[in-house]
Amino acid sequence: MIKIENLHASIDGKEILKGLNLEVKAGEIHAIMGPNGAGKSTLASVLAGREEYEITAGSVDFDGQDLLELSTEDRAREGLFLAFQYPVEIPGVSNVNFLRTALNEIREYKGQEQISAKEFMVRVREKSAIVELDAKLASRSVNEGFSGGEKKRNEIFQMAMLEPKLAILDETDSGLDIDALRIVANGVNTLKSSKNATIIITHYQRLLDYIVPNFVHVLYDGRIVKSGPKELALELEEKGYDWIKAEVDA
Amino acid sequence: MSEKNNIMNDTIQQNKLAVFTEGLSLSNLAYSNDLKQKALNILNTLDFPTTRQEDWKYTRVGRIASIKANQTAHNSQIDLSSIRTESKLLFVFENGHFRSDLSSSDMPKGVVIKALSRCSEEELSLVGSLVNIENQVFTAMNSAFATDGIYIQIQPNEIITPSIHVLHILSGDNTASFTRNLLVCSDFAQAHIIQEYITQEASSSINNVVTEIIVGVNAHFTIDKIQHEEQGNFAVLTEQVDQKKDSTFTINTITLDGTLVRNNLNIAVNGTNCTSNLNGAYLLKNNQHVDNHTLVDHKVANCLSNELYKGVIYDKATAVFNGKVFVRKDAQKINAFQSNGNVLMSDDASVNSKPELEIYADDVKCSHGSTTGQLDEEAIFYLRARGLSEKAARNLMVSAFISDVLDKIENQTVLEKVQLIIQQKFAWEF
Repeated sequence: MIKIENLHASIDGKEILKGLNLEVKAGEIHAIMGPNGAGKSTLASVLAGREEYEITAGSVDFDGQDLLELSTEDRAREGLFLAFQYPVEIPGVSNVNFLRTALNEIREYKGQEQISAKEFMVRVREKSAIVELDAKLASRSVNEGFSGGEKKRNEIFQMAMLEPKLAILDETDSGLDIDALRIVANGVNTLKSSKNATIIITHYQRLLDYIVPNFVHVLYDGRIVKSGPKELALELEEKGYDWIKAEVDA
Repeated sequence: MSEKNNIMNDTIQQNKLAVFTEGLSLSNLAYSNDLKQKALNILNTLDFPTTRQEDWKYTRVGRIASIKANQTAHNSQIDLSSIRTESKLLFVFENGHFRSDLSSSDMPKGVVIKALSRCSEEELSLVGSLVNIENQVFTAMNSAFATDGIYIQIQPNEIITPSIHVLHILSGDNTASFTRNLLVCSDFAQAHIIQEYITQEASSSINNVVTEIIVGVNAHFTIDKIQHEEQGNFAVLTEQVDQKKDSTFTINTITLDGTLVRNNLNIAVNGTNCTSNLNGAYLLKNNQHVDNHTLVDHKVANCLSNELYKGVIYDKATAVFNGKVFVRKDAQKINAFQSNGNVLMSDDASVNSKPELEIYADDVKCSHGSTTGQLDEEAIFYLRARGLSEKAARNLMVSAFISDVLDKIENQTVLEKVQLIIQQKFAWEF
């Protein structure tokens, strides 16, 4: 689904990603863990197409397309979804209105018909139930006045509405209480299929109690320095990152 | 500088207004000749305002002054199907002249609607009673040269349900239209009026409009004012409102076009327990200049005023907002809220926003705020990351921004019409 090779990216002349390699296949869940400042959120930003980052080397193949050549919106239309670490509040723009616009723009891009009002409302009802998001919240202004947990649930609701091929969850678990965490995880698990894939970026192991990854990767100093099965997460939780740093720096 | 030079300068400056008014004819309307004569006398002492005058600091009227003014009626062919009105009560004026051929003739019970030219001296006795013409070039010109306008009198206790739609069309080159309106919503009456301003094949023309409005005791009166005169034309409009006690007055001023538009909205709250709502939206592009001057004068106690003006400014356009709220010495327990927000869509767009509160009472609740900024780029990125094009993302955000004001328009036909104009002009979606 996505193949990242030797990716180098910098911001304001400072290199953050220093040769990152990662391959994710359909049906898989990958967790990317790592200490603060390792480049986790940079990876998410670069994949989503944030323009302030400069790609200095490497390639990203997304289902046969050169991802780095696509605009942010075209990446979304091709099926990439980023759940934001800090979802943005947009006063006055209603959640459902903007999702209808988004869905229709994606459909237009794919040469499909616009979604009917009825079909859309059915989908809103069905998908908001997955993340236990109140229908009233779904029609309010995007994230305005939402609690931290509601914002993150709204991200997963949007993901459910847009049905991406690849979802990248950037620190979706941070700041969540255990109920919200369970709801978010349940949403992700419900949406999982053999045709889509998920990359979970986190620094806590906790989320992985609810979402079981196929692979765990450690991102440190701009590269993936260690990969392993789900047990690696437990080891990181127990021992911290110092032993990895020592291994790498040695 | 020699005395001779001074005299020459004066002469040249005086000439602008004198030249402008030279070929204009004195009003034939039945309002008082004293007012007409007084206006002429005032005009003889004045010139067009300059930016040295506080009231005109940000608005240059040089382009208006250079119009070779004529008051031709034109009687153009006009296709009313594009006007989108549901109202059976449509009254049309072209260049300040009544178009009876395009206007409704049936009159519902409880209201008198007619052109000023068909009014008696008695009916027009209130003309000039509210508006100030001292030192005011535009209201003085209107008082001297008004050709026609709408007279509406809602009778006491009457609730008029159909909206009354008054359409003002500006046409031709170098037209100077002087439109005078008198709107009286009597005690305990209720009505909704649409004042719409458009152009048809007009250039370098100006509509100078004065509307005097009396809102009676416990009356409910709403005006939707929609301005979309084509660029290349000018408009200076003054509304002077007198609110009696227990009344509610609402005016929604929506400005969507015009090269230079100046709105003077003055509300004198003369009775207690009044509510005054002033909402404004302005969407500007190219080199447009729109100046909204508002004044709410709280003369007595226990009243509420709400003012919300918002603008989106593209290209090299300029917006001016000057909102003044007076609370007089004995006007206690006043709640006065004022807010002005602007979004600049280009580096060359500009706004001069000046909220002014002058409070002489000590037990009041007043607030004012002014914000000017650009769209939140992080929000645009967020929307794009969901598949919206950059343009769609920006349009969605500005339409949300302005919808705060548009949502105040209660009449669905008017709201849909405004949204349609915006869609056509700016390609926004609602």
